[in-house]
Amino acid sequence: MLSLADIHTYYGNIQALKGVSLEVEEGEIITLIGANGAGKTTTLMSISGIVPPRSGDVLFMGESISRVNPDKIVSMGISQVPEGRRIFPYLTVLENLDMGAFLRNDKDGVNSDLDYVFGLFPILAERRNQAGGTLSGGEQQMLAISRALMARPRLLLLDEPSLGLAPLIVKQIFEIIRKINIENNTTIFLVEQNANLALKVAHRGYVMENGRITLSDAADRLLTNEDVKKAYLGI
Amino acid sequence: MLVNELKKSLFVSLWFMFLTFPIMVIQVNTVENIIQWRWANLFFVGVGSFVLSALWRYLIRRKEQGIQETEVDGVARVTLSQRLLNNRRFTIPALFVVSILALAFPFVFSLYQTNIMITAMIYVLLGLGLNIVVGVAGLLDLGYAAFYCVGAYSYALLNYHFGFGFWSVLGIGAGLAALFGIILGFPVLRLRGDYLAIVTLGFGEIIRLIMENWNAFSFGPSGIANIPRPGFFGVEMNIEQVTIYVYFLMIGMSLFTIFVVNRLQDSRIGRAWIALREDEVACQAMGIDKRKTKLMAFALGATWAGFAGVIFAAKTTFINPASFTLWESINILCVVVLGGMGSIVGVIVGAFVLILLPEYLRFLSEYRILAFGAVLVVMMVFRPGGIVETVRRTYQYKETA
Ligand SMILES: Nc1ncnc2c1ncn2[C@@H]1O[C@H](COP(=O)(O)OP(=O)(O)O)[C@@H](O)[C@H]1O
Ligand SMILES: [Mg+2]
Repeated sequence: MLSLADIHTYYGNIQALKGVSLEVEEGEIITLIGANGAGKTTTLMSISGIVPPRSGDVLFMGESISRVNPDKIVSMGISQVPEGRRIFPYLTVLENLDMGAFLRNDKDGVNSDLDYVFGLFPILAERRNQAGGTLSGGEQQMLAISRALMARPRLLLLDEPSLGLAPLIVKQIFEIIRKINIENNTTIFLVEQNANLALKVAHRGYVMENGRITLSDAADRLLTNEDVKKAYLGI
Repeated sequence: MLVNELKKSLFVSLWFMFLTFPIMVIQVNTVENIIQWRWANLFFVGVGSFVLSALWRYLIRRKEQGIQETEVDGVARVTLSQRLLNNRRFTIPALFVVSILALAFPFVFSLYQTNIMITAMIYVLLGLGLNIVVGVAGLLDLGYAAFYCVGAYSYALLNYHFGFGFWSVLGIGAGLAALFGIILGFPVLRLRGDYLAIVTLGFGEIIRLIMENWNAFSFGPSGIANIPRPGFFGVEMNIEQVTIYVYFLMIGMSLFTIFVVNRLQDSRIGRAWIALREDEVACQAMGIDKRKTKLMAFALGATWAGFAGVIFAAKTTFINPASFTLWESINILCVVVLGGMGSIVGVIVGAFVLILLPEYLRFLSEYRILAFGAVLVVMMVFRPGGIVETVRRTYQYKETA
């Protein structure tokens, strides 16, 4: 479904990705783990076109999207839950969700998707007319995920959804992620520092260090890999 | 506590007496070659500044206490203006009274007063237009008068060279202003905050300087005179009738503007402007085209300046570049900030206060602008959100069956 072929991405003169290649198959949950500053966020930004790669290619459904504008990429079916949630604090929950459906004009479809995300996270339905900034961290993460779902993506990019949340909430969110994957057959690209959790929910995983992919394998095998255990699982 | 505050005020007044000593106390009489010492003035300055300073401190203290109390309660502070605006028992009669007053105004008051009202309504248009750019999209534009200028000169020049009438140019002027909005928009797409302010300021000055110096095109500083007033199906009108006609035209135009701007703010694009102001990366992740959305804000904002410019040229029948200086841009920005950024009612109130206040402060003669400045400073300290703080209406959810 998605493949990155040797992409190099820069912030000005700083090179963040030094030749990243990876594959995502339709319907799977894939995870990218790595330490802070490894380049995980940059990988997602390169896919969504917000920080386009300087060289290499990104293919989505067989089409090259490495030179395509971010809005076009969203309309092709990739949507992103940015790191740190980044909901719109002064817009209400409902307006935040409507921003997620920015490129859609099918009112009925949008309304039924609203019902769907309210079904996933009933708390958001209760808070629908409350400003996004007044939600708790966990609720904001739920809103960020729901907002991305409102674009009805085929591929959902999730950047560290567990960041700064209580373990109980994290567990709940990961269950929902699995549910979205099973119910809608939405492919999920999950970036995480919490490798233990991520590898438990994912089918396959990639390990990233200093802008390069250093390891890739089935998730359960990565969980028992000695190097991964030492570096990322703290065992 | 109280003693401490009073001591501070005392220092302020001493400092003031010292500072104003040379101008308020010493007077050199060059005719008789003597120096007059006006000690009485020193006393007035001292007492006056002491009282004002104490009052200032007292008000600030009270305001801070008010904020603390509401923070303790944990309830959002709903200001009086918001409560009034949300109360139908207040808004409907108020609208009724305002409409009656507006309709009767030109028949009750003099031509001079009617003209001031027209000017105020031109600022309503300008303020609402700039509000889209600054208040909603959060793009600080210090060159807004340039679009006003484009509108005014479109009418003046198209009429002078080709004999175009007011009504046909009204649309053309607005379109040209929108085009200039886009032209300005392109180079500043990547800029934010103060950089954006500086570049837009420069753009405003460029347009004005072109008009001032390109004699062959714009007739330079001497401007263009004898611009025809708006026509009404070829009916001959005397000056009084024309003024009343323009007055009602402006009322119609203001209502139209309020209607459109209101719809815009409630639309998806309006919310996209707010979203873009808050977080550009998140907007891109939502598929909002940053460039297109910003350009749209610049263009739609400039459109109203174009309308206002055409009407301004038709109303005064004479324009020159001196009407479109940086001071003008700042004035319009004051309307938006003073009234309450992002609030339509606020901007309207702001326009009236800002135009009428200096007008009715004329009795203060040369201290007029000083008093005006003082009012602005006091306003910003005690009501930083503007006269009418934003109450955004929110998007309502309809349950699907
Ligand atoms: N906006 C930016 N400007 C410059 N350098 C950046 C920027 N964002 C990230 N970087 C650098 O790129 C590298 C990868 O960052 P990032 O992709 O955010 O890592 P991760 O998400 O894995 O923590 C880091 O060295 C970081 O310092
Ligand atoms: Mg990151």
